[in-house]
Amino acid sequence: MSILDADFMRVAFATGALVGILAPAVGFFLVQRRMSLIGDGIGHAAFAGVAAGYLLDVSPVGAALVAATLAAVGVEWLRTRHRAAGDQALALIFYTGIAAGVVLVSAAGALNANLFAFLFGSILTVTWSDFALVAVLGAVGLAVVALLYRGLVAVALDEEGARVSGLPIGVLNVTLAALAGVTIAISMRIVGILLIAALMVLPVIAAGRIAASIRSTICVAMGIGLVSVIAGLTLAYYANLAPGGAIVLLAAGLAVLAMASGPVLGRRRAS
Amino acid sequence: MPLVLSLRDVSFAYPGGPRVLGGVKLDVAPGEFVTIAGPNGGGKTTLLRVALGLERPDSGEARLFDAPADRVGDRWRIGFLAQRTRLGIEAPATVREVVSAGRVARRGLFRPFGAADRRAVDGAIARVGLEELESVPVQRLSGGQQQRAFIAKALAGEPELLVLDEPTAGVDVDAQEALGAFLGELHRDLRVTILYVSHEFGAVEEFAERVVLVRGGIVFDGRPSDLPAHWHDPSHVHP
Repeated sequence: MSILDADFMRVAFATGALVGILAPAVGFFLVQRRMSLIGDGIGHAAFAGVAAGYLLDVSPVGAALVAATLAAVGVEWLRTRHRAAGDQALALIFYTGIAAGVVLVSAAGALNANLFAFLFGSILTVTWSDFALVAVLGAVGLAVVALLYRGLVAVALDEEGARVSGLPIGVLNVTLAALAGVTIAISMRIVGILLIAALMVLPVIAAGRIAASIRSTICVAMGIGLVSVIAGLTLAYYANLAPGGAIVLLAAGLAVLAMASGPVLGRRRAS
Repeated sequence: MPLVLSLRDVSFAYPGGPRVLGGVKLDVAPGEFVTIAGPNGGGKTTLLRVALGLERPDSGEARLFDAPADRVGDRWRIGFLAQRTRLGIEAPATVREVVSAGRVARRGLFRPFGAADRRAVDGAIARVGLEELESVPVQRLSGGQQQRAFIAKALAGEPELLVLDEPTAGVDVDAQEALGAFLGELHRDLRVTILYVSHEFGAVEEFAERVVLVRGGIVFDGRPSDLPAHWHDPSHVHP
């Protein structure tokens, strides 16, 4: 029996492919702005959203989407208003999110296998309606990245210069934060809340070692994200593993490989 | 012709801190090459931030392009070279990508680049002599070449005012001299207004039309040749 004969694998591959492409595309700008860990903080807020979904008997994914986006925008607001340094703002959201999640989960009596599926990802629980949500929001996310690409690059390269020349820094930063929140919320079914941030960061680190421009770094990172997800899901299927861990371990392996081969490629290009 | 920059009795203090600037009066006309110098901590960077509308004065008025400095509409008219000319990212960014980033504000956030934008980017790269290296990641260039790439970025928007904030920090003497000569040439060819902010201004003394020394306020404003000898090293300014 082929892996694709199972309907749940087809939907997992389709959903995972979108996640594998979107996460590094958004993650690129977070990594370049040294905000790599924001994904973890938002992930924990998404956990609170999932728990709230169980408690209120609404869609956990929808509730996580709201919580993650609000948390991402909240971190940016705290950071830019100088109410807290970047890492302090992140810590506030991070710990508030996980604590709220634990309280809400225990209040809802939802400490069960479904919750673990959100934490670590699951092939079996992804549905075609999940895919539809990921497809719509993923397409919107990629379209926003494409539309704002030059502005996001300008801010990443030189925020002060971009501010002086009149680019709307606040709008771009909040949009990027919201994109991160949406990406995390729609990716958690496949990769899991605790590991999604890695899929936003590791492919970008790997691509940065072997690519030769910003554009090619983003494209290579999306490719690595896609390969990691497809290979990770396949491994998870045959070895009966949690997909999030398999995907992230593969992405980490590719990052190490890129770090090792980057200097060699660099010498070849230079010669 | 309206002034590019006008500061009227500007005073400024950071929240909870002592006064950094007081009674500052400064006019910069179109096409002038002005060096703003002074000791570290003397307030020249604050003066620049107020002049560019990044900080609001506590009293007095800062006007840029004949509008309140913090409400200037067409800010793309300013080309800015930040204090740290290092690239703000770790991913490889080609010279062309860096220079193109300087054109985004002029073009508008949502509008795709057209032929005029590509020509402006080409022109800026050519002006700094990096045509052969336009596809090379900036990280692989020498310090001087990286600085030229960032100057090209500042020029890509075809600015009317070019602002350089401590451009010689961490740059060797030869590169400082080369930068001074390049700015002199740029000023002669384009008649762009230049604000050069640095605690060292020897490299541009020959090309700048005015030197403004800042130490809590303006303690000298005139031609470099009129600068009293003991003020030529601004890190030892004595009022």
